Amino acid sequence: MAEKKELDRRLGIKGWALGGRWGFERYLYTLHRITGLGLVTYFLLHILVTSTRAFGGRAIWDPLMGTLGSGFFKAGEFLVFAGFAIHGLNGIRLILIELGIATGKAIEPEYPYPTSVGNQRPLAITVSILAAVLIVLGAYNIFIAH
Amino acid sequence: MSDTSFRNIPFTVFRYNPQTDATPHVETYTVKVQSGMTVLDGLHQIKSDHDASLSWRYSCRMGVCGSCGMLINGRAMLACNTQILDVSTIAIAVAPLPNFPVIRDLVPDLESMFVRHKEIKPWIIRKDESESDRLDREYSQSPEQLEAYLQFSYCIKCGCCMAACPTMATDAEYLGPQPLAQAYRYEADSRDQGFEERKPILDKDSGLFSCHYGSECSVVCPKGVDPAKAIQLMKRQMVLDLIGLRRKKCSGLHHG
Ligand code: SF4
Ligand code: SF4
Ligand code: FES
Repeated sequence: MAEKKELDRRLGIKGWALGGRWGFERYLYTLHRITGLGLVTYFLLHILVTSTRAFGGRAIWDPLMGTLGSGFFKAGEFLVFAGFAIHGLNGIRLILIELGIATGKAIEPEYPYPTSVGNQRPLAITVSILAAVLIVLGAYNIFIAH
Repeated sequence: MSDTSFRNIPFTVFRYNPQTDATPHVETYTVKVQSGMTVLDGLHQIKSDHDASLSWRYSCRMGVCGSCGMLINGRAMLACNTQILDVSTIAIAVAPLPNFPVIRDLVPDLESMFVRHKEIKPWIIRKDESESDRLDREYSQSPEQLEAYLQFSYCIKCGCCMAACPTMATDAEYLGPQPLAQAYRYEADSRDQGFEERKPILDKDSGLFSCHYGSECSVVCPKGVDPAKAIQLMKRQMVLDLIGLRRKKCSGLHHG
């Protein structure tokens, strides 16, 4: 029998952007992943920086802290805070969804089929507004109050 | 009065012949479109008027067999269930469902989905297997018990959900929305006692918890199965089981 020759069509990383509609939840899905990766990166850098205190003493620590107080790092600090607000609040939405609380129960589907996406939409909007408020407060605190 | 006028709409179609092509390409054909025509009708017109070698899969023409899932203007849909003018009055682009290998032109190889579907044991499991030989008995089920799983049993295995899922796109081992939703279809069935058997199949890397509720699967599903909902309800059962709170009242055998 001839060997089956097929073309691979897995979307790969493009599939995070393509492959469906660009609905509100898809933005949250992508933001959740990006902020998650950002927070892990920050966490690793944080460990690295704070360990200089233990291993290098004040001689390295003090000038390092001086550099980290600059505008560039303030912007970084703000991004970490924004990522934390989005990831944390959206995480609560995901927990409520994954426990089946925000999705609703099985229904008799009648065309045009309603989906659980509609059931959790108010929650998605609420967490997004809360995240936006937190981000604005964070920006005030980081850039203006200090 | 219905609109009987025709308009010419370009169809850009993904073409790939494994015998002659190293890479796929697209070809554009002009289709004479009338109100009410489906994308499937458009493909038939291309085959009869322009290129007889164009290949795709279909059978029932009425959204029942699940054969004609394809990417229509970037979205996974059934060609027979989708009217051209509802998608666009300007241009149509047709490609095979992504996340599946392509056999030829618009024909995806759905085998990986069927294998995973089988893996989750999509049948009623009873602790006492000899029950299936007792043909004079039946399992009674209330309308509420039926409603708990009926929605999820409408799946026609078209693969549209698998093509739309972003997790599926990056994780080749992911079980995927169709098999996972069917795992819950049986979990929600009062006649089924297969939770313990399915648990290790679902609770593994690239299993149930790799779904992050992008919810694309539910949006594209042409049968209202709402796989994203089924998957979350299955996760709930797993969490309840973990903390010792999962309760299930199973139907017993009754005289028929
Ligand atoms: S769940 Fe819906 S989209 Fe997925 S295979 Fe079944 S019918 Fe198709
Ligand atoms: S809800 Fe889960 S299965 Fe459905 S598209 Fe999203 S990640 Fe995939
Ligand atoms: S031809 Fe059967 S579902 Fe489209």
